[in-house]
Amino acid sequence: MSVKDNVIQIIAEQALLDAADVRLSATLEDLGIDSLGVVESIFAIEEEFDIEVPFNANAPAESEFDISSVSAIISAVESLVVEQT
Amino acid sequence: MNRVVITGAGTINALGHTVPETLHAMREGHLGIGPLQMRDLDRLSVKIGAQIKNFDPESYFDRQKLALCDRVTQLTLLASREAMLQSGLEITEEQSETTGVVFGTAAGGMNTWDDNFRSVYEEGKNRVHPFVVPKLMTNAAASHVSMVYNIKGPSLTVSTACASSNHAIGLAFQMVRSGMARAMLAGGADAMLTFGGIKAWEGLRVMSKTACRPFSANRSGMVQGEGAGVFVLETYEGAKARGAEILAEIVGFAMTSDASDIVMPNQQGAARAIRGALADACLSPQDIGYINAHGTGTAANDKTECAAVAEAFGAHADRVMMSSTKSMHGHLIGGTGAVELLACLMALREGVIAPTIGYEHPDPNCALDVVPNVARQAKVTATMSNAFAFGGLNAVLALRAV
Repeated sequence: MSVKDNVIQIIAEQALLDAADVRLSATLEDLGIDSLGVVESIFAIEEEFDIEVPFNANAPAESEFDISSVSAIISAVESLVVEQT
Repeated sequence: MNRVVITGAGTINALGHTVPETLHAMREGHLGIGPLQMRDLDRLSVKIGAQIKNFDPESYFDRQKLALCDRVTQLTLLASREAMLQSGLEITEEQSETTGVVFGTAAGGMNTWDDNFRSVYEEGKNRVHPFVVPKLMTNAAASHVSMVYNIKGPSLTVSTACASSNHAIGLAFQMVRSGMARAMLAGGADAMLTFGGIKAWEGLRVMSKTACRPFSANRSGMVQGEGAGVFVLETYEGAKARGAEILAEIVGFAMTSDASDIVMPNQQGAARAIRGALADACLSPQDIGYINAHGTGTAANDKTECAAVAEAFGAHADRVMMSSTKSMHGHLIGGTGAVELLACLMALREGVIAPTIGYEHPDPNCALDVVPNVARQAKVTATMSNAFAFGGLNAVLALRAV
């Protein structure tokens, strides 16, 4: 599975949606994922790709990790995978 | 001051997943203690306990709920549901702010501590699930129950080791009696039957490897259990007005501190709590027909408890019935007083006195009527429930039939 499909799968599971219903332009909020859900998704991403995600739940917008949309998360994870593995 | 009544009861423990199942087991003298089933059993020297059987969390809770709820919270939610269903208490938006939750627990989310310590220390993992803190915090169960039932009044968790539930129920009683709350959910739970939880108790060398035999001359220590008990408390007037069935009235509560030893019980502290509960209830010793004993099955507790009852009850100590249901459901630690209060309700409502099972030989240091081995029919109009915690914190409740 590609990084993209894998990330979409993790987000879909968190949002209790089918992967097909996760639009790339959607924000996590659009998908009904609350702040605890965001933290849980990041944990799942770290576990899946064996990477460290620089994310601080106190100030998500200031974190290096861009979670503004599904596609932003995918690109961020792709770069982290390249940097860290 | 308001009169305070119980209108709902719920439980899950080794004797049953509901109150009727538990009371049936108590009536029949069933043994909930058996061989432990858990990982690394070969590294434990204590291999028995009162585990809840046939409990499948996934049949009760969805994945999101399970991710957030330690076993102790799951058990509390189930017991709360049974209590609320029986009570029929409705919590409207208006009443929400005068309804609260007080639960007792000694260890809180012990399974979460255990699993995650194992993962970071033994397995060397550097990352834990983000919900570890909200799962393990000792107030998690009270908070989840407040969210399920839209309870917005005074809610808290008390932790006084083996007296936690009695302190919780006693505080809730005082809150309703004083008018601070119109209704309260009260009780307690513990789920310490984990590898680390059992290892900790093993270390103290007070655990039996064979059976829990309270008051018996050949008793060999306590046996750990797990579970939850929850009650709905409300004003007598409120219960009457809405036509609720009243299970019993809570009439007295007292708490004392021994100020003497961190583990050894103290006769004076226990006797003061018993006398205090009687005085608070305006009852005399001869009014009490049944005492649910703390009765842990340790040498020290049982001897001290019998002496304290003899001191507080005087001549009536020879006539009062006193049993320890821990012989059946084990010691639920912080949850124990809540499950034991069910035996008091059974005595008041059904005239059935739960037995002390596993009793083999009389001990002259415990020369009271401990209702050995077989339940008894008796008409009882008032009961008492003792809890004497490590650390010398004692809490005694007095109940009366309505």
